[in-house]
Amino acid sequence: MTVVLKGGRLLDASGERSGDVCVDGVTGQIQDVGPDLSGDVVLDASGCVITPGFVDLHTDVAEPGREAADTVQATSEAAAAGGYTAIVVMPRNGGDRLADLADLEALGRSAACEIVGAGTVSIARDGQVLAPLGELADHGVSLFCDVGVGIQDDLFMRRACEYLVGLEASLGRPLVLAQHCSSAALAAGGVMHEGAVSSRLGLPGCPAEAEELMVMRDITLSRLTGARVHFQSISTAGSVAMIRAAKAGGLPITAEVTPHHLLFTDESCAGFDPATKVQPPLRTAENVLALRDGLADGTIDAIASDHRPHTDDAKERPFDEASSGAVSLETGFAALHTAFVVDADEGADPIGTAIEGAQHRAVVPVAAEHRRSLAELVALLSWQPAEIAGVADRHGCLIEPGRPANLTAIDQTLQWSVDRSDLRSNARNTLFQGWTMTGRNRHTVKNGKITLENGQVQR
Amino acid sequence: MRNLLTIADLSSDDLQELLQLADRFAETQTRDVKKVPALRGKTVVLAFFEDSTRTRTSFDLAARRLSADVVNFSAGASSLSKGESLRDTIETISAMGVDAIVVRHRSSGAPQQVAQWTDAAVINAGDGWHQHPTQALLDSYTIRQRFGSLEGRRIALCGDINHSRVARSDVDAFTKLGAEVVLVAPPTLLPPSLEGWPVSVSHDLDQVVSDIDVAYFLRIQQERMTDALFPSVREYRAHFGLTVDRAKRLKPDALIMHPGPMNRGVELDPAVADDERAVVLDQVAAGIPIRMAVLFQTLGPGQFESEVA
Repeated sequence: MTVVLKGGRLLDASGERSGDVCVDGVTGQIQDVGPDLSGDVVLDASGCVITPGFVDLHTDVAEPGREAADTVQATSEAAAAGGYTAIVVMPRNGGDRLADLADLEALGRSAACEIVGAGTVSIARDGQVLAPLGELADHGVSLFCDVGVGIQDDLFMRRACEYLVGLEASLGRPLVLAQHCSSAALAAGGVMHEGAVSSRLGLPGCPAEAEELMVMRDITLSRLTGARVHFQSISTAGSVAMIRAAKAGGLPITAEVTPHHLLFTDESCAGFDPATKVQPPLRTAENVLALRDGLADGTIDAIASDHRPHTDDAKERPFDEASSGAVSLETGFAALHTAFVVDADEGADPIGTAIEGAQHRAVVPVAAEHRRSLAELVALLSWQPAEIAGVADRHGCLIEPGRPANLTAIDQTLQWSVDRSDLRSNARNTLFQGWTMTGRNRHTVKNGKITLENGQVQR
Repeated sequence: MRNLLTIADLSSDDLQELLQLADRFAETQTRDVKKVPALRGKTVVLAFFEDSTRTRTSFDLAARRLSADVVNFSAGASSLSKGESLRDTIETISAMGVDAIVVRHRSSGAPQQVAQWTDAAVINAGDGWHQHPTQALLDSYTIRQRFGSLEGRRIALCGDINHSRVARSDVDAFTKLGAEVVLVAPPTLLPPSLEGWPVSVSHDLDQVVSDIDVAYFLRIQQERMTDALFPSVREYRAHFGLTVDRAKRLKPDALIMHPGPMNRGVELDPAVADDERAVVLDQVAAGIPIRMAVLFQTLGPGQFESEVA
């Protein structure tokens, strides 16, 4: 069966042009690109920009274990709706054994996007005994992460880096150690950014320096060992500056940032709504601006969701007891498109209009130098993360015949409102409740099969 | 006034109005029969999710003296210990048709959240390190009682500011009422940022002790020592306690205050706690008319004249 995405413009790493795309559901490849194509099914992409599908480097799935919060299937459908064709699932529920990966593959068999399993670095993420990195790598794992805790011990981090460098040489493909940087001792007890707002609210804070100490150490150990280190959801100006310098020095370092850290400040927490409790915490405007600088100059390579589903019950608790994290896969592109790409009317602030009816409005306005083109935004969501995740052979590819057919069609003008009860994740813990977004994924195609058609997820 | 959640929600006029209303309730407490009919038929739930003796007793008495029905709800005995969420607990209490919920919780912000889940009036009886508004009101009342007003008075708040809801509420209330506040503590016991706080800071009690109208000492929790916030109780007393020697340097008409419960021999030397300048029991006494005023303002439909006088 062939599917034609008709009437759109094409945008990939090579640039922008017009044309239809015909994909083959059997081979999973792009069959043809050009004007006036026909096929078994025609999807109207008029007014859309067709890009390679997005790749998320940082998704938590609650299954197995917390299915009330979310399942692999529901998460993948949220991802397809948000334009993703692949998500890297964090090894929060295992990931130190091949069996865990097999379980994940089984759960993801009918998923609406490719489920890419990450491995842990240590057994049970205890930071003491190395996970079977070689076996996991042989099985195809490219990204290793002690999600949630970070590797606290300096010597263990050094050993893990050294061992991965050896594996890389023998396998002949890049292996990445992804680190969620937070010095556990310095951040202990912190539930929001430490600063003026936490001091006023009487909430224990998590200082920016807790993140920066670990970023500094990991850069140092990358220099010592040559290991590829990927910094997950960085949130501070100091991290951006150190990563910028490390990259200028030629180290194999990459970094990601989440949509919420690019928008909201710690003032969001002033109403004690646990929806605003994320990890790392929302920080000050100064940090938000530094992250935007990092996007603009290429210090930050990717936008990742850090999608973390929680039941209402886990969130409707006192702020300090509530679970951390927000769902993001369905809203990430739209939020960033609205804030950074959409052309405002003369003198108008696009975010100002977007948040008029929003529940959380402590958002930093976007300055002219931080505005992005659609191509720049899609690079951060698609081919750049695909490279880091080790899936660039099949995601984020050029749109040309013979390439894997993983695509999304973006309607840049569609306006829609975020209503938590409409989210496709079972979990509803969004920071974007009530936003008026401009731009949405109309169709998504994974391996030549339609996963999203006119905004409806296809099973 | 719908709820009383933080001092920040009140203007200085609101504060003055509450203090004046408390004056009138204080007068009713000198009568032979202390009970007034103002809140007859109203139900007040005391929802204390954290242990408290004096604040709960004070609210309990205040509500009863306004003729309200009072229900005590404590976390240990409740379904909370069976894993029920705060939201479910509050919605359950609300469904029984109560008029006010007085909330004490170990987590900062809990009363704000509670206010979103109920139509009843919510009164904050202390949340985490955040706020304890009725304490700030009764402290202001006590100072005003002695000095006539807080205007221009210099008040030192000494001790563990960072972990203190009393400090956060007092700073707001005292400065709104025209006082000047100096925080006295080692940096480890101060909030990480004082941006926006209308206060000055000293790390040396001796520098400020002779020059203040009110010396307010906060309770020090001994477990703070294990967090390396100060070396020992002995050193704490030597640097930040009101010793007999330091008390001699206080102005003759200065007030010595403490929210209780006191660690005698730590924040205040035993002899100092019994100094005639110490108004700790006046603070406790002020709690009744202050909480009557707060309950009346949030629940009383009418005028003081028709309901009480």
